[in-house]
Amino acid sequence: MPKAPAGTLYRGREGMWSWVAHRVTGIGIFFFLFAHILDTALVRVSPEAYNEVIATYKNPIVGLMEVGLVGAIVFHAFNGLRIVLVDFWSKGPRYQKQMFAAVLGLWVLLMVPFVIRHLSHVFGG
Amino acid sequence: MTAAVADAPVAGAVPSFQVTLRLRRFNPENDTEPRWEEHTVTMHGTDRVLDALHKIKWEIDGSLTFRRSCAHGICGSDAMRINGRNRLACKTLLKDLPLDKPVTVEPIKGLAVLKDLVVDMDPFFEAYKSIMPFLITSGNEPSRERRQSPEDRARYDDTTKCIMCAACTSSCPVYWSDGQYFGPQAIVGAHRFIFDSRDEGAEQRLEILNDRDGVWRCRTTFNCTDACPRGIEVTKAIQEVKRALLFRRV
Repeated sequence: MPKAPAGTLYRGREGMWSWVAHRVTGIGIFFFLFAHILDTALVRVSPEAYNEVIATYKNPIVGLMEVGLVGAIVFHAFNGLRIVLVDFWSKGPRYQKQMFAAVLGLWVLLMVPFVIRHLSHVFGG
Repeated sequence: MTAAVADAPVAGAVPSFQVTLRLRRFNPENDTEPRWEEHTVTMHGTDRVLDALHKIKWEIDGSLTFRRSCAHGICGSDAMRINGRNRLACKTLLKDLPLDKPVTVEPIKGLAVLKDLVVDMDPFFEAYKSIMPFLITSGNEPSRERRQSPEDRARYDDTTKCIMCAACTSSCPVYWSDGQYFGPQAIVGAHRFIFDSRDEGAEQRLEILNDRDGVWRCRTTFNCTDACPRGIEVTKAIQEVKRALLFRRV
């Protein structure tokens, strides 16, 4: 029924973009877990095979992907708490913008030291 | 442009300016795809988007089609997407918009476009009907009015303001992709009766909204709250219905 012809993008605000980001990070984390379960399952095949696969992860490209992974998880975790509060705290809907600002603030607060430390490991050897 | 003739004397001290409207048009008789069309008109500081649409329709192109009745934000006919957001054309002042670029005006999303800015509202009203938007009581009718304390009245005051313009429902990303979802407006309509102390149909309405296409489809994007021209806290109303369902406490 809704055969909406392509028009301009709906200009939603914090709520809509937090939902989009929550979806994107959620799907990203799902695909990571998919690969993660497969590679961890390799331990059952043989510990050597597991070590071999894990060793291939030690390169800068995967190092940067790990930044993305941690970034996605941190956002998804904090925004998930925000959504819980929106649904269960009676004043949640009224303070959703402030809570979204807090999510972004906490995200930056945790990501800055992590990225510095992580990338110095990845690129500093 | 064409419309400078009668402006000067009427305007008085009110400043006038040029506005370009970028309209998304669709004529089912000739077009297979919607198209964009631009018109530049001279408007005043006191004019709304609806006035600009009127000017285009009355002076430039009479085929431009849109709904409006009262033109004062009560009838809820002229919800449209102005600069990418759902607004009532009659409550959006041109002076509040950035006029250095064209003002885009599109039909609301998620409902089939019939012509230009007119969409098929039937699915929207069907959703509203399905939550039984009328007082449900049992026993004999009282000989006097059904009394209610101011506190009980205040409980659902916010959701009585709805004018059924569909700005909320058609701003909802869930509704765009799943037309089966009741949509914010139907939940607002249900909220108005569920939390009314005189009504006895709360249980039935809650059961209707407990459906898989009911309140649980809400992803709290807050587009509806932002779009509502009446300032109803739509997402909050949906949350209250969710909590009533979870804790069975009205």
